[in-house]
Amino acid sequence: MIGLNHYLTLSAMLFVLSIAGMVINRRNLILLLMCVELMLLAVNFNFIAFSRHLGDDAGQVFVFFVLTVAAAEAAIGLAILVVLFRNRRSINVDELNTMKG
Amino acid sequence: MIFQTVLFYAFAGVLLLAALGVVFFRNPVHSIMCLVLAFFQSAVLWMLIEAEFLAIVLVLVYVGAVMVLFLFVVMMLDVNLESVKRGLTRYAPLAAIIALVMTAELIQVIWLKGQEAGLTGAFTPYPEGYNNTKALGSVLYTEHVYAFEIAAVVLLLAIVAAITLTMRKRPGLKVQNIAKQVAVRAKDRIRVIKMDPEERS
Amino acid sequence: MYPYYLTIVLSPLIAAIIAGLFGKQIGRAASHWVTILGVGISCVLSAIVLYEFYWGGAVAENISVYTWAVTDGLRMEVGFLVDRLTALMMVVVTFVSLMVHIYTIGYMHDDPGYQRFFSYISLFTFSMLMLVMANNFLQLFFGWEAVGLVSYLLIGFWFKKETAIFANLKAFLVNRVGDFGFLLGIAAVVLFANTLDYAEVFGQAGNIATQTIEIIPGQPWNAMTVICILLFIGAMGKSAQAPLHVWLPDSMEGPTPISALIHAATMVTAGIFMVARMSPLYEYTETALAVVMTIGAITAFFMGLLGLIQNDIKRVVAYSTLSQLGYMTVALGASAYGAAIFHLMTHAFFKALLFLAAGSVIIAMHHEQDIRKMGGIRKYMPITYWTSLIGSLALIGFPGFSGFFSKDLLIEAVKESHWHGQGAVYWIAYLSVLLGVFVTALYSFRMFFLVFHGKERMDAETKSHLHETPWVVTVPLILLAIPSAIIGWITVEPILFGGYFGEAIAVMPAHDVLAQLSQDFWHGSLALVTHSVQTPVLWLALSGVATAWFLYLKRPDIPETLYRKFKGLYVLLDRKYYFDDLWIKGFAGGGRKLGDLLWKRGDQFLIDGVLVNGTANTIGRLAGVLRQLQSGYLYTYAFAMIIGLTMLLGWLIWFR
Repeated sequence: MIGLNHYLTLSAMLFVLSIAGMVINRRNLILLLMCVELMLLAVNFNFIAFSRHLGDDAGQVFVFFVLTVAAAEAAIGLAILVVLFRNRRSINVDELNTMKG
Repeated sequence: MIFQTVLFYAFAGVLLLAALGVVFFRNPVHSIMCLVLAFFQSAVLWMLIEAEFLAIVLVLVYVGAVMVLFLFVVMMLDVNLESVKRGLTRYAPLAAIIALVMTAELIQVIWLKGQEAGLTGAFTPYPEGYNNTKALGSVLYTEHVYAFEIAAVVLLLAIVAAITLTMRKRPGLKVQNIAKQVAVRAKDRIRVIKMDPEERS
Repeated sequence: MYPYYLTIVLSPLIAAIIAGLFGKQIGRAASHWVTILGVGISCVLSAIVLYEFYWGGAVAENISVYTWAVTDGLRMEVGFLVDRLTALMMVVVTFVSLMVHIYTIGYMHDDPGYQRFFSYISLFTFSMLMLVMANNFLQLFFGWEAVGLVSYLLIGFWFKKETAIFANLKAFLVNRVGDFGFLLGIAAVVLFANTLDYAEVFGQAGNIATQTIEIIPGQPWNAMTVICILLFIGAMGKSAQAPLHVWLPDSMEGPTPISALIHAATMVTAGIFMVARMSPLYEYTETALAVVMTIGAITAFFMGLLGLIQNDIKRVVAYSTLSQLGYMTVALGASAYGAAIFHLMTHAFFKALLFLAAGSVIIAMHHEQDIRKMGGIRKYMPITYWTSLIGSLALIGFPGFSGFFSKDLLIEAVKESHWHGQGAVYWIAYLSVLLGVFVTALYSFRMFFLVFHGKERMDAETKSHLHETPWVVTVPLILLAIPSAIIGWITVEPILFGGYFGEAIAVMPAHDVLAQLSQDFWHGSLALVTHSVQTPVLWLALSGVATAWFLYLKRPDIPETLYRKFKGLYVLLDRKYYFDDLWIKGFAGGGRKLGDLLWKRGDQFLIDGVLVNGTANTIGRLAGVLRQLQSGYLYTYAFAMIIGLTMLLGWLIWFR
């Protein structure tokens, strides 16, 4: 019997995994962006599960828009990554600390 | 019923494994592939809930466009694999703890408090003839048309931003400046001089 | 007589302004003429006023000239209260001032600050007149402060001299201490009587005497006692009673004319005058009167002792002034206000005379002031010698001279003041004034013999220039010697026993020693002279003279032996009982140390260091710590957000 809380748990675990990935990540920036995508996926799970549970379609519409925005964000993020790579010749996150206080 | 349960657990398990793979694989291309796998799994899981429209959209848009974009960038960037070393970071233990704490919190909310809030139990089935796409469509262009339009603008924004960020002029390139060409006038190019005829000798 | 009063007060002021502001333009001669004219007019008019009061039967006038401010029902005005006491003081002040003005023409002849000096002494005359003619406490205080200010200006007249600057600052600051008490007293008066006007305060005196004030919570003190003691503290500062006497000997740094004017005849007597004027208040409080008497007695005796070892001619006279002021204070304490004022008057004449004579000697000796370098001047300066002799005899109370009448009767009055009880207060006072006679005679004739008699100890250079001083110097001496000699005879009866003061001075019947004296004791001036051979006073004075003659003329080697034998006593006297050290090192030094402490620990360390710099540094350090959060790494920021989120969730789940 799959219920709401199954999906919610799944979503939570995805979310936590992506956070851990973000924090542990030392290698490259692309991995960071991918973790962001994972996070968004987790959130989408949440929306859809609740929408299904409450019978309100607004949740699914919201997922629609989240998808849109995620795509846009991925595009821009990658563009920035490209420019960064052009200037720094490295995408190692450890080396990106010029904004250090 | 049981079929659905098995399906759910299978796909959920693969999804989680794929997520782990994203984080822990060394080769970025492998990570991206795992992410693609994760998206496919979640699409199936959404279909299980009868949100098929979004499941397909996920595959088409996300996997088809965004992940491809990722792949393009990864392959375009000449990333030196050897220099990307992998070691346990300072934050790993702390991250693990935080992850566990968060999981615990979420589980507490979802399972333990969820009992009171009536979150347990299967989903109520849809009535016969329920069409997810139709339902979404009827809502999208009427109630949420404003957000729809703004989403379109956001995409436009993304296009413009991406191009603006990455466009660069190569030095020494010969290109035409169309604006200048069109704005040329006769008197910039030709000068009429009156001359007396010369003696033919 | 209102226009007279106004002229009396304003003419010295106008003269001072002219000489002060336009001195350079009008020149030296014009400066001294305009100021002498101003003070002369005051003197003549004061004499007329006195005449009108005594022989003309004028009554006391309380006139308000100008209302300066009215705040919360309290009137602050400029006004005159002229009665017999005031008239007497006016004559004394203006006469001595006039003599000093004339004398200064000769004394300050070569001084570059000539016009400035005349302006100052005229200004002083104005201030003193405002003080004595005041009809309210505010004007009294104004005059009080003004004379203090002019005294400061005049003591430091030779401002390039280090010691003069030290002395004038000392005078001002010690006076300030007294003025603090004075101001507190005036504030107390306003607190209880709600008015500054004399007449209204005196009217309420009986009422105030029944009230109490708690300065220390739980310790009620009689309001009148507190007021009177506070006012007396002001008098202690101004009239140089112990322990606020330390400024007077140092004030001899100023030119001799002002020593005569201010520190003998007028400013220092302001305190005595004030207590006499406030007699309606003092009569209600026996405690305050006992305090007054004791302090006066201490001053009279112990300051006299200090005069025995001074070698500067002006210092001897200065300590003599201190001692005589003590006498006057004792008389005030015994409720014999008339006797005190009478002694004030005679003292003004003979002390001014002695100072001016000392100045005359100083001029002749080319500004040498050490009496050990003088001697035998009698041959060279006869006028100075004879006037000095008259002054000294008046000072020691030789029968017939003015000082005799005032001093003797003062001592008798103190003896009669049994209303103080037969305890320590009475005996301290009586013995001090009695033994003080011996000491007075000793030091004054020590000085006299050492200066005018005996071996000539000055060097040949000075001796050749030694001659009598010009007439501008000697004429005032003569003019002052006349009253020093005869005024006692004439005025003692009316002033002390003839009810001269009338309502100006109030004495309670129980305290009225003068009335008692007039019944039991007084048989007329001649009788007093002849009776004097039977009193110890005369014999003490004569033995003092004899001792002085013996020690300094006959056997001048004995003082040397005495000095060696009683070295410790000498040092005690030389260090002025360590009062100066107490004030300078103790009080002032302590104040400076406190200031240093507050500066270093309080201001620098605490406020600047901990509070100002400390907060800045703490913020800096805090920022330095917090700065490390800005690692520049994106995941750190993300992680921080996650941690925050976790904590928020945790709080929501587990603690709500």
